Amino acid sequence: MTQVATLPDPVEEVAAPRGRSGAGAWALWLARRLGLAVLTLWLVSILVYVATAALGDPVRAILGRDYASNPGRVAQLEAQLNSDQPLVQRYFSWLGGLLTGDPGTSLANQQPVGELISANVVNTLVLVLLSAVVMIPVAFLVAMVSSHFRRRRPDAVIQTVLLALAGLPEFVIGVLLVALLSTTVFQVLPAVTLTGFGGRPWDSPESMVLPVLTLVLAVAPYVSRIVRSTLLDVLDSDYVELARLKGIPEPVVMRKHALLNAIVPGVQVIALQLAWLAGGVVVVETLFSYPGVGLQLVDSVRNHDVPMVQALSMIIAAVYVVVNLVADVLSILLTPRARTAISS
Amino acid sequence: MSAVEETPGSTPAGAAQRGPAPSPGFWTRARRQPRFVFGLVVTVLVVVFAVVAPFFAPFGENETAGAPFSPDGVFGTDYLGQDVLSRLMYGGEAILLISVLGTLLGMVLGVLIGVVAAYGGGWWDEVIMRLNDVTLAFPQILLALVVLTAVEQPTAWIIVLLVGVSHAPRVARVSRGVALGIVSRDFVVAAEALGERRSRVILAEVLPNMSTPLLAEAGLRLTYSIGLVAALGFLGFSADPGSANWGQMIQENRLALSTQPWAVLAPVAVIAVFTIATNLMADGLAQLAQRGE
Repeated sequence: MTQVATLPDPVEEVAAPRGRSGAGAWALWLARRLGLAVLTLWLVSILVYVATAALGDPVRAILGRDYASNPGRVAQLEAQLNSDQPLVQRYFSWLGGLLTGDPGTSLANQQPVGELISANVVNTLVLVLLSAVVMIPVAFLVAMVSSHFRRRRPDAVIQTVLLALAGLPEFVIGVLLVALLSTTVFQVLPAVTLTGFGGRPWDSPESMVLPVLTLVLAVAPYVSRIVRSTLLDVLDSDYVELARLKGIPEPVVMRKHALLNAIVPGVQVIALQLAWLAGGVVVVETLFSYPGVGLQLVDSVRNHDVPMVQALSMIIAAVYVVVNLVADVLSILLTPRARTAISS
Repeated sequence: MSAVEETPGSTPAGAAQRGPAPSPGFWTRARRQPRFVFGLVVTVLVVVFAVVAPFFAPFGENETAGAPFSPDGVFGTDYLGQDVLSRLMYGGEAILLISVLGTLLGMVLGVLIGVVAAYGGGWWDEVIMRLNDVTLAFPQILLALVVLTAVEQPTAWIIVLLVGVSHAPRVARVSRGVALGIVSRDFVVAAEALGERRSRVILAEVLPNMSTPLLAEAGLRLTYSIGLVAALGFLGFSADPGSANWGQMIQENRLALSTQPWAVLAPVAVIAVFTIATNLMADGLAQLAQRGE
């Protein structure tokens, strides 16, 4: 899960280069951010490799009790994992394979990892994007309603409900929704995603409702709380007071003055939450048997399928890094102050 | 002049007293926070339930009480015919203990990293926090899963370690932010001018003044710890597969949600109540910390 308290100030991150043309400064800033993203991913790859290959003994974990009695299988697995080579050499050949699009072969069913993963990556991206598309307007709407009633009873009630929701783990929300909508109270929605061979989860759209709803409920409270507190700051400011005194109706004040100013913090918290979704899907996909990377990751961890886990966790980390990069660029573009700080 | 010369004479204790006292009337202020009071009371109730209930359980932890998924007893029986109420009573202790220990470990590690970065400043700060950002690129549950890949059967200590280590970078970020506002204050500079050792300056001057924001962070981390430990149990990774565990109970009885919902809903409800309570408590503390400054 993420914290909401520490949103980075986009302006602070920027080292304003002086004496260059605007476009050049932009290119330099973008290159620096890209470099940082690549560096982050490289360090993450070391972390992933060391955690999976060096901390424990995967061969022993895969074979369990058979380890002592089945030396042939041990030798076979060790050959597949190249256990005789030094760790550094193994790491670099793995990294080379990853960069050239060959992340290895699954230990569990001896198929190329790339083939096994590709369909699930698409499924997960659809799930996350769909959740984001539903979540963003809902979160902003709740924030607007709440700040409209600021410091009165409806606001207090909404804030308490949001706070309670924010504390709930996602599988608790999911199980409660299943009990409410598909098994115990009402039986209107399927509790699991059923896909035939080669089928896609959205072939039966009703089975996507519960996973999306769970993710939305898990993430929207954070976004809504941040947007509300930004809205409150703006609504209490002098220039909004002036706009009101000029006789501009309250809905217009909300739309034109308050909401525009809440977009930048909104973009940042949405990015944080989308990045969190990359991890949150692990539990939600398992709960609903949704065929995405999260379910695949849990299965692979259970099977101690090292190459699969490595590739899947690199994908999730990459999504996180890319989402953060996009959010940084967006919030710079949307903040005039920061925009001029770079190009001047 | 003499006044200035007397200041060093009043020893380090004098320097410490000049800083804002860590919690003057902390409890008085806290008691007026309905969120904090409610959260604390419910949290304590759940902890007491988890610790005391095993002594009153009608059945043993692994004792068969009837047919699988039968409605006998308060909450019926589970997939092996064990009494759900008894499992619920036994299943809290391990989860709470692991969560609390993991939170403590994460807080200690994180505060250490954050304060050293803030106090060290400059080059140290840059390197430590950049490396910290790398670990932040890892969703918490992912870190746990990656390590569990190469482990045959996780022990309780491995889970404590994983929870703690995955919290540390997040705590470090918050505590660095809090510490940055303190290390430049006069009483810290004064202690340094007196020739205090740096470790002592951190322990005696900086840390005591961070207590309320850190408590709020600890409350938040506890909420997430419970979620994480229960989620790992739910995914089937727990230290002791046979024993009762709120997260694992959901996993074990999930398929019978339509026929025997209590076997799933009872542990879900306890986890929900507990995480809501700790979150309310943390939020109350955060508001106190904001006002205290």
